[in-house]
Amino acid sequence: MPDPEHAASDASLPVAAGQPTPETTGPPSPSPAPAPGGAASVDAPAHVDDDWRRVSPKHVVVEVVGSVIGAGITVAVLLVVGSWFELWWATWAGIAVGVIALVSIALEPRRVRSIGYRRRADDLVFRRGIMFQRQVAVPYGRMQLVDITRGPVSRALGLADLKFVTAAASTAVTLPGLPLEEAERLRDELVALAETRRAGL
Amino acid sequence: MTEPAVRAPIGPLADGEWHRLHPASPLLRGGLVFLAVLGFVLANLRERVVEVFVLFFAPGAESPGETPEFGGDWAEDPVTGIVANGLVGWALLALAAVIVLVVLGFWFAWRMHTFRVTDEALEVRSGILFRSHRSARLDRIQGINVARPVFARLFGAAKLDVSVAGQSGNVDLSYLGSAQADRLRGDLLRLASGTRRQEAVATAVGDAVVAAGADAAGALPLAPGAPSVVDRAGAVVGRRVDEFLAPELDPDLAPPESVVRLPLPRAIASALLGGSMIWLVVIIAIIVVSLTTGTLWMLFTFIPAAIGVVSYLWSRITGSLRYSIAGTRDGVRIGSGLLSTANQTIPPGRVHAIEASQWLLWRAFGWWTVRVNVAGQSISQAGDAARRTLVLPVGTADDVRRVIGLLAPDALDDLVPLLDAGLAGTGPAAGFTSAPRRAAWIRPFSWRRIGIAVEGGTAVLRSGWLLRRLVLVPLARMQSVAVAAGPVRRGLGLESVRIHTVAGPIAPEVPALDRADATAAFTAIAAEAVDRALHDRTDRWGVEHAS
Repeated sequence: MPDPEHAASDASLPVAAGQPTPETTGPPSPSPAPAPGGAASVDAPAHVDDDWRRVSPKHVVVEVVGSVIGAGITVAVLLVVGSWFELWWATWAGIAVGVIALVSIALEPRRVRSIGYRRRADDLVFRRGIMFQRQVAVPYGRMQLVDITRGPVSRALGLADLKFVTAAASTAVTLPGLPLEEAERLRDELVALAETRRAGL
Repeated sequence: MTEPAVRAPIGPLADGEWHRLHPASPLLRGGLVFLAVLGFVLANLRERVVEVFVLFFAPGAESPGETPEFGGDWAEDPVTGIVANGLVGWALLALAAVIVLVVLGFWFAWRMHTFRVTDEALEVRSGILFRSHRSARLDRIQGINVARPVFARLFGAAKLDVSVAGQSGNVDLSYLGSAQADRLRGDLLRLASGTRRQEAVATAVGDAVVAAGADAAGALPLAPGAPSVVDRAGAVVGRRVDEFLAPELDPDLAPPESVVRLPLPRAIASALLGGSMIWLVVIIAIIVVSLTTGTLWMLFTFIPAAIGVVSYLWSRITGSLRYSIAGTRDGVRIGSGLLSTANQTIPPGRVHAIEASQWLLWRAFGWWTVRVNVAGQSISQAGDAARRTLVLPVGTADDVRRVIGLLAPDALDDLVPLLDAGLAGTGPAAGFTSAPRRAAWIRPFSWRRIGIAVEGGTAVLRSGWLLRRLVLVPLARMQSVAVAAGPVRRGLGLESVRIHTVAGPIAPEVPALDRADATAAFTAIAAEAVDRALHDRTDRWGVEHAS
């Protein structure tokens, strides 16, 4: 159950939490960058993961509910249109969409298991996908913003999505289905890491 | 970099106080349009006005004594209407009121539009009723553009446009005195570079010099009576003529060996051999066919298209007139233009990706074009963006090498051996990791060209056959790196590598590499990027000079 302060979902939190400057004016770092060869790179890397970490298996429910609703509406519309106007292709399209959705739902647990992340000394590596695999490395210093978003189903399950924004739109890294407290801990940790490794744009 | 012995002190416009814009700016920003509209209306009414005035002040001179008959049509003949109804006084009063209001409005807008340069930021306050206060942090400046449209040049004025990271985050000062704009650009870049302000004494000297210059530039010779008026007018005209005839790039600004220029014949020939020319040929063929077959409706579709293509070609050619790119102390300066001139300065450490590309028809001549990704200049002002990201419209491989040397000076030594292999080469030459033969299944023509190398803090990506491409990404400014594979690539044991940078015309990608090679490149790039970002000091390039 959602606690009240997070009931307002889509809470986006700028990296520089507590500083009034909005992100459109650039990250507010009064000091230009850490000193060359500074202490940032040699501190004890307490945050480093030894292996890939997975997201919560409960996230499968979120994905399944999402595809059931989406596919259900599409199939219903196509079937209704097909039967009312006697358009055979609409009926077949509806059946095809339904079958594809079922296969996709059947693969959902596997797909959610493929989502993983790993915090390394200086960057976060993210991977996902079984058919279309993708692996992205984002240096901590490049994170401009860490967003926590929660949909209704995620909220009911106590999950949250963590979204990383860099200056490149194509980075597109979203870590879905983290337990809320883990998401918040991870966010705070990444924000702190981003602050210590902040470089110019 | 060599250090010039003396730099002029920070100019008076960057002294931290509030300043106003060039006094002619209201005229240039909208007053001219107002005057033109007024003139147009008066010109249209002139005959009637003259006629009416003759009647009014000298009755009986030409047509004896009859009041002009008014047909009652105000839209057709307002002047007669006014006279016939005895409203001349009111009409003149209304006209005067409108003019006074407009002039007052422009004057107030000019009075209220002020800017100042502090150690941290450029701040601009403007607006009469709705005040706005913009502030651009100096260390976030991504580029400074100085534009001089023809009209502004007549007044000796220039427009300064400071782009900061973030879409539509530009701060523009239009207009400033021409010399002041150049001075202010230098000062802004210098403050951004981390150099401290000089002593006040030095500033005062500069003050006097530029103030005198500004005087001559600002005040039009309208002062009554004094015998020096003619001299001053002559001096002002002389200055304007000098400014018009002066080379677009001030020779003192950059060492001549760092300057790349673009000969006019090459600009024209390259435009004629460009991709748009093929469209033009196709369109003309369609027009001819439709003329001969008599299908006239096609003309209405394709003649506008032809006009569009021709005007694009024309703007491409005129845009590269008097083109020059030069390495100055405070960044790479790219300038061009014959009547309306514009130049852009990209400070060091602001280039996120460089691409040299060459398409099929240019290959015989060895011509290349160079583009860059720069933060904050890409999505806003779509028309301008294409021009601003185009660093070298057309040049030889040698020009490309020099331009890359200007844009990425630190990495150049490591890159030189890679550039030749990267521009035209194929296969695993000179340190490139190239794609295996089976990549031909997905890239049948270009698979030999596909390759990647990481050297000197720069990722070098080579690809393309029809359009040869060489992309350089300074890893210190990389945002993230990704490897990806869909079912086809996985079946072939291939992966693509993509480097994410700020938005721009370049999307650095290696379409196919062996799985192991891709993973190795991914690891190497990720590690190198972190390391380079930590040690990159180019965004405060002035600090090392000072110490």
